Amino acid sequence: MTYIIRRFILLFVTLIFISVITFLVFQILPGDPVRTILGPEAEEVQVETLRRQMGLDKPAHVQYLNLVQGFFQGDMGDSIRFSRPVTSLIMERLPITISLAMFSLIIVIFVAIPLGIFTARRENKWSDFLLSSFTQLGMAIPTFFVGMMLILFIGMTFSFFSTGGYVPWSESVAGAIGSLALPALTIALPQIAISFRYARNAILEQSKLDYVRTARGKGLTEAVVVYKHVLKNSMIPVLTVFGLILAEVIAGTIVVEQVFSLPGIGRLLITAVSYRDFPVVQGIVLYIAFVVVLINFIVDILYTVLDPRIRLKE
Amino acid sequence: MAKRSIIFICLLIMSLVVSACSGKEEKKPSKTQEDIREISVRINSDPDFLDPHKAKASLTFRVMLNVFEGLFNPLPDGSIEPAIAETYEVSDDGLVYTFKIRNGVQFHNGNAVAANDVKYSFERIMGTKTGEPLSSDFNVIQAIETPDDKTVVMKLKQPDSSFLYRLTANQSAIIPESNDADQNTKPIGTGPFQFVEYNPENNLIIEKNKDYWKKGKPYLDKVKFVFQTDNQSALLSLQGGQVDITDVPAHKISELEKDFSIIKQDNNSVFLLGFNHDKKPFSDVRVRQAINYAINKDEIIEATFSGLATKLGSNMSPAMGSFYKEGLDNHYKPDVDKAKKLLAEAGYPDGFSTTLTVSSHNEIYSNAAQVAVEQLKKVGITAEIKVIEWAKWLEDVYGKKDYDMTLIDFTGKLDPFKVLGRYVSDNKGSNLVNFNNPEYDKLMADVIAEKDEAKQIDLYKQAQEILTEEAAAVFIADFQTPWALNPKLEGFKTYPIFYMDMSEIRPKK
Repeated sequence: MTYIIRRFILLFVTLIFISVITFLVFQILPGDPVRTILGPEAEEVQVETLRRQMGLDKPAHVQYLNLVQGFFQGDMGDSIRFSRPVTSLIMERLPITISLAMFSLIIVIFVAIPLGIFTARRENKWSDFLLSSFTQLGMAIPTFFVGMMLILFIGMTFSFFSTGGYVPWSESVAGAIGSLALPALTIALPQIAISFRYARNAILEQSKLDYVRTARGKGLTEAVVVYKHVLKNSMIPVLTVFGLILAEVIAGTIVVEQVFSLPGIGRLLITAVSYRDFPVVQGIVLYIAFVVVLINFIVDILYTVLDPRIRLKE
Repeated sequence: MAKRSIIFICLLIMSLVVSACSGKEEKKPSKTQEDIREISVRINSDPDFLDPHKAKASLTFRVMLNVFEGLFNPLPDGSIEPAIAETYEVSDDGLVYTFKIRNGVQFHNGNAVAANDVKYSFERIMGTKTGEPLSSDFNVIQAIETPDDKTVVMKLKQPDSSFLYRLTANQSAIIPESNDADQNTKPIGTGPFQFVEYNPENNLIIEKNKDYWKKGKPYLDKVKFVFQTDNQSALLSLQGGQVDITDVPAHKISELEKDFSIIKQDNNSVFLLGFNHDKKPFSDVRVRQAINYAINKDEIIEATFSGLATKLGSNMSPAMGSFYKEGLDNHYKPDVDKAKKLLAEAGYPDGFSTTLTVSSHNEIYSNAAQVAVEQLKKVGITAEIKVIEWAKWLEDVYGKKDYDMTLIDFTGKLDPFKVLGRYVSDNKGSNLVNFNNPEYDKLMADVIAEKDEAKQIDLYKQAQEILTEEAAAVFIADFQTPWALNPKLEGFKTYPIFYMDMSEIRPKK
């Protein structure tokens, strides 16, 4: 219980810290939101009036404190560019980003773990070597490049896969999968590379322990040894990695949403930065931070489920 | 055994995923039916404001001029026609404008347009009641009176020859007072289409205004403007049938020509290389002229717009029709020796070093910058290209005028005064190059007071000549926008302003 309370306090402090940093960074950035939104046709009198109407003429710290005050009342403020609540802007895009993140995570799990088992059991064989080399490659190539290659070679050949844009699940399930498959794969590839090595090493390490020899010795089939004993025990380090990977996946959506022009949170964040839309940037950054902290929290809880010997205390 | 089964399971999962994906091949209903009444149009980026009085970005009006109208509407040739105003009269002294409101014009909320809606719309822009003006375009108005429900009388402080041009929805859309607070979220106008919904960074949907005063129009039931920044994905959407109209990069035209109708639109924009007259050495006209001789516009046009542009010589495009002064585009023929000579006369025999600051939001600026820098090198000017973010460009270069040289394009206006008014010396906001020429200022003051159109044209032409001779900037080109259109559609009209007239587009018979 005290663990959970402590965790919450930590979360709170983290969010405040992040919020202050975002604010300070924004103070350094040149550029004015109203000017940027209106472009070079803007008239001075109009810029002034709109700044006043939107409360942008007040000193920066006052605007910031107003925003923070709103947070405590559950209001994240209004977007300067779209004149609508930040919460609703984020909520509209959340399904896209969550679908994308989940989709990639599923790909990572369903490919990396079997691949880890496969290579662990062929340690030092040519297939192990080959796959490990591929992993290096997978980690080295930047996501946006992978994304563009996928668009070129898969998206352009198979009409099922969309090369850009998003089809909502409600409109067509196949369309949604088609529009998310390539971006999800783009995010997943480097993560598969990382996590599969982790899984492989964890399994290898476990396989050499005494209890495995005992299990084999008492005549259990190879399948039971691997799936019931080794796999379960090797999942704890793997789980830690998956916590990190989910954070990576969320970060990955930001870049990949640009490449595939998916109207998700990542794209909103990028445009909000270029339009100096501080309330939106602040909202998204805090939201992402919250999710990442939450995931780590869940990972901690899952440890105790996988291994009851672990107790949550610090 | 176990190895095999693991591989088998992996393969099974993968094949399941693939088959689940490819199983249902039914895409969105493709537009195979003969009659297309619902179309999708790609727009590069989101509108700035939906409220027409707050909006300034030309892309916004490309979309929203389908929703709003002014007392006048623009015509494809750049002139204007009475819209919400059916007739108008101007007093002999040019101070009193009387407009009769057209019968049968109603807002999308069903209310008929009355004289006080017009009064309200103008006073909203001028900030008469709120003290918060949204534009200085109508500072010339002294008073607006509404003697009856169908008549609006505007009294001006002084005669203003370009007044009527400001009465289109670009600058003064007529909107209902009842929607004052919601105009930016649920805009209401009188145009051929009414606003349905806006999903930021995704799309904006408009549908047919069944009660539109021009009978029989529009032809389409629904138009969905989709916001796609990336040209490549827009092309793929076009080829995939998800988009019916989009602008395309010039070098893609030949590839698209066989499957789509291609329409080239003159933008009426002015793409220029500007320099800060308040800074040395650009304060010296000889330096500015030298740069004009150094720059080869044709090369820039070729490199930046694949040749799809009209060369300019002053701050006006031929798309402005009779106001355009011909022959200025060849005033400065590329001539390295002449440029060097002028530089030497100005005291820079060995040239000088400077920076060329451009925005990163569109690649045309950096493309043109690279060509320009090479050309300047030939006359001894070393320019360093500095690529900055659009927000920073707007603040530092456009706002604070803190720059040496820059590249930008000014979008077209119907009103020649608005086009040339940038260079009036006290126009601090939009006089990007800090042009300061008393003769020019006087010409522009005269033209506003001039009633006779032939004389106005003459004055405007003189003004263009001054800009050229004084080398206010290197006026490079008016670039064209090539549009690719679903071949089943027709009626695409091009205007000398950013306006995509959806009311004329119809399925081909």
